[in-house]
Amino acid sequence: MEVRKTFLFDLHKSQGAKFAEFAGYLMPIQYRDGIIQEHKQTRAKSGIFDVSHMGQLFIKGGYQLTDNLEKIFPTNLKKLSLYQSKYSFLMNDNGGIYDDLIITKLKDEYMIILNASRKENDFKIIKNKLGNNFELLLKKNISLIALQGPEAKIVLEKIISNSNKLKFMHGGNFKFEDKDIYITRSGYTGEDGFEISLDNSIVEKFVILLLKNGSKLIGLGARDTLRLEAGLCLYGHDINEKTSPIEANLKWAISKSRIETKFPGVEIIKRQIQEGVKKIRVGIKPDTKVIARETTKIFNEENKEIGRITSGTFGPSVQSPIAMGYVENNYSLSNTKVFLEVRGKKIPANICDLPFYKKNYVKGETNVRS
Amino acid sequence: MSEVKFSKEHEWISLDGDQATIGITKHATEMLGDIVFAELPEKGTNLEQNGNAAIVESTKAASDVYTPVSGEVIDTNQSIVDDPSKINLDPEGEGWFFKIKIKNKSELDSLMNKTDYDKFVAEKQN
Repeated sequence: MEVRKTFLFDLHKSQGAKFAEFAGYLMPIQYRDGIIQEHKQTRAKSGIFDVSHMGQLFIKGGYQLTDNLEKIFPTNLKKLSLYQSKYSFLMNDNGGIYDDLIITKLKDEYMIILNASRKENDFKIIKNKLGNNFELLLKKNISLIALQGPEAKIVLEKIISNSNKLKFMHGGNFKFEDKDIYITRSGYTGEDGFEISLDNSIVEKFVILLLKNGSKLIGLGARDTLRLEAGLCLYGHDINEKTSPIEANLKWAISKSRIETKFPGVEIIKRQIQEGVKKIRVGIKPDTKVIARETTKIFNEENKEIGRITSGTFGPSVQSPIAMGYVENNYSLSNTKVFLEVRGKKIPANICDLPFYKKNYVKGETNVRS
Repeated sequence: MSEVKFSKEHEWISLDGDQATIGITKHATEMLGDIVFAELPEKGTNLEQNGNAAIVESTKAASDVYTPVSGEVIDTNQSIVDDPSKINLDPEGEGWFFKIKIKNKSELDSLMNKTDYDKFVAEKQN
């Protein structure tokens, strides 16, 4: 299959992007400044991320749409207000995660943002479950960009008036160049910010305006260090078809009111909530400067293997190596001493609370995902 | 000025009698991106030509650094362990990795001079 490009490809190139293939798309990993500078730029000011490879799925239908979607997603959709978004999952019957996603209630329809590598598969699964009574559309005429960082609201307000009034995980329709754009206050960096869905024909112009107002393009490399510092999961690494939301320590994303109802994997989820789980996702901080990467084995003090790392890198803002992984439940308490096997050596480390990096948000305006 | 030679694995070696200083090239650092971790061989270690000598890591991945010649490690640059960004800032100066006592000078014949190395890098990029 031919590798795909987003509508910002030429702009990325002009900014000195280094590209790599990701989920079938040629995506910018970093620009001239490099991952560390881009990471710090986002934490200190603002950064623009091209996430147009992600799926933007729209589902339309009659009054039964919400009921039917609740049979698929473990979220109390009836409680969603117009333009409100929730983090949710597409799950299999064993409680495993096909994908993690953001579902948004729009007028007469829902919008679901899907991971790039999963979107085609998700579409088939959802289509299959919904049958032919509803219209599903994975839109290709729109791009998706994220604007993240403490100055994101200032930069965006200069281009889109009143966008700074949006509350966390709420969105709205705005106009740019006479075209409708949809903005949600959300993100994947642990910073305040926005995700902006807009027509392919105007996305380049929009991003150039953001650049002119002081923001900078940030590659997927820094996106990864930012999300890991923020303790957020990356699909295919920290969560997959064999991990449940309970094991992934994402119980908060399953609506309490839905536990006694029906959705795929509900029986297992219920049992895991009541009886506990054998393994659970935790944060891990090595004592030394050694970075423990994905698949690194985790041992207890008696040299027994108790888990594996699922994501590991160096955190530019916390200035130390950081990792997430799954350990046996007995070892999941904060400050538990563990050992990581890196290049044949056992590196001492501690289980720690997530996120590694925490911002003080403005009260009443935004809130972290929790 | 001392003679500097280059390996296909993008290490440089600066000769000073039967001793030499070794590091990674500017081109190598550009390929690796920001280096956030460095691990050096211990003093007194005997290394074989093209064998693993050190490790550098970017935020994304770990890479081995090889020694372009055999010999005994006689000094290491701890300052790049404390501050790995030095490697990116001055790879062919302050960002050196270790010094070695050369065991067999004929091994140097397999290495490139600056002109040939620059050509080698340019060809690889095409």
